Amino acid sequence: MKDLVPAAGNGLYDRRAFLRGGAALAAAMTGYSVKAETLTDPVWSNEPGTLVPPYGTPSKYEKGVVRTLSNPDFEPRNSHARTPHHLLHGTVTPNGLHFTISHGGNAEIDPAQHRLAIHGLVKRPLVFTAEALMRYPTVSRFTFVECGGNSAPMFSPEPIQASVQALHGLASCAEWTGVPLSTLLEETGIDPKAKWVIAEGADSQRLSRSVPLAKIMDDAMVALFQNGERVMPGQGYPMRLLLPGWEGNMNVKWLRRLELAEQPAMSYYESRTYSQILPNGKAFRFYFIQEVKSYITRPSFGVELKGPGFYEISGVAYSGNGKITKVMVSADGGKSWAEAALQEPVNSKSFTRFRAPWEWNGGPAVLQSRAWDDQGNVQPTRADFVAKRGEAAKVPSPLAFPNQHFNSITSWAIDANGGVRHVYA
Amino acid sequence: MFTRSFLLLPLATLLLATSALAAGPNLGMPLTQADLAAWDIFVFPDGKGLPKGSGTAAEGSAIYAQKCMHCHGEGAKGGISAALVGAPPIKSIDAPKTIANFWPYSTTLFDFIRRAMPWQQPRSLTDNEVYALTAYLLAQNKLIGEKDVMNAQALPKVKMPNRDNFSPRFPELMPRSGEKDL
Repeated sequence: MKDLVPAAGNGLYDRRAFLRGGAALAAAMTGYSVKAETLTDPVWSNEPGTLVPPYGTPSKYEKGVVRTLSNPDFEPRNSHARTPHHLLHGTVTPNGLHFTISHGGNAEIDPAQHRLAIHGLVKRPLVFTAEALMRYPTVSRFTFVECGGNSAPMFSPEPIQASVQALHGLASCAEWTGVPLSTLLEETGIDPKAKWVIAEGADSQRLSRSVPLAKIMDDAMVALFQNGERVMPGQGYPMRLLLPGWEGNMNVKWLRRLELAEQPAMSYYESRTYSQILPNGKAFRFYFIQEVKSYITRPSFGVELKGPGFYEISGVAYSGNGKITKVMVSADGGKSWAEAALQEPVNSKSFTRFRAPWEWNGGPAVLQSRAWDDQGNVQPTRADFVAKRGEAAKVPSPLAFPNQHFNSITSWAIDANGGVRHVYA
Repeated sequence: MFTRSFLLLPLATLLLATSALAAGPNLGMPLTQADLAAWDIFVFPDGKGLPKGSGTAAEGSAIYAQKCMHCHGEGAKGGISAALVGAPPIKSIDAPKTIANFWPYSTTLFDFIRRAMPWQQPRSLTDNEVYALTAYLLAQNKLIGEKDVMNAQALPKVKMPNRDNFSPRFPELMPRSGEKDL
């Protein structure tokens, strides 16, 4: 291990070990202990493969890589599907694994009959077909979408033993392509009295949220494509409102109407569901921004270590305020920290993959990550976060939402067998 | 030359603006208020958007039993869906958020029932039925009297107990005007 530079306690190495190419890592991995078996041709190498399908799907051996469902029997209530972060890598969430929350089921919309109306405090109320919007100048950007209730199990007074999918699976990241809303509002014109834009979906809940006009004009888009293909039904096919970095529920799916208004609508979801109780009994309303956050996806609960030796610690970091500038990683529960490598390009308001080389010596370890963004925000420690925002009175179900907008540090403890537990450290 | 440039600038700006509009796709279709009527259902906290019509708790009680009780339980005390009556004190950050202990505006009740309920058949209720159900739930929560009639004038005047306990997370992101009652 002499070519690797220690960067922090308990086996963390300098992130530049990766950048130097394979030499240092190869040197670190000379402790070969298992002899390879004799190589032979397997059956699939000696016969033709299968029909190439019109639409590709993952290997049958990957059938366990799926979202977990909160309402598999489709009872008359909302449905959540969580992204399996611990089984994915990189920064883009495959479309079929992007998290979904549907409050009244996924609307099945015929795009030829769908309309987007823009009215209220505008000079010319207009209605657009999906086909017409496809002819407008488009932009593409990577951005995450995160439910305001993501990470809610972390409000538990005791750490819930659950995977990163269960704890943080209501966040995903994709490349979205669509029409900037500023383009459409140039055509409708804006009455100077307008301060808010109330968005409404075409789903059975006609889900509605109020958005400040300034955000709409800044970087909002009507998204038509997701990772190159049309937006998935669970993401609002044929179009959704995309508000980069802002609370998922505000990114109204199946978007059909935008009303410009002087005041917010105080809709059910903004005045009740996504308003959150504070320890003093009062509440935040209009939280808007998903604040800086990170979590280690491997190793993590359910992704166990196979004996001492070299591992890559890896995870995702993101901020609704801008770009991630730094992620620090600890293997000793926060006593010492090493700077992780960030995968370029780092996109604003987007998943950023971080990595740190680590050698597990077989002893106790507590893995943590902590992120910073380019607006000067830092992911809070759990102690600081809980002091301001409180904890649930009792241990909740992992599927419950005791409160919203949790963004502090997640800690994974490694036991002597390589098992991983969720702890508070 | 300087003079000439300055003189040309406003004209150039005007031309740019005009040509930008002309060069845009302009593929929207003009929309009249009549075209929009079926969709134009936002109700605002000051009562803007509330339709004609009215309803009472007694009328609402009968509609509730027929169309809502299956999910929300007898007396609206909760079933497979949330309790709609009751105001447990907010003693922790995970306290249940009910109409009476949390919802800041009575108008939200009308708006949400009309746009989204009953869950299996949204938009199947008449405006009078929505007023009646709103009156029923407000009366059951003792926020209005049993005989009070709810309509576009009366509903926005119902002050919800928790109305003044909210603040924005980032005040600088809130629009500077039009934020009455925030």
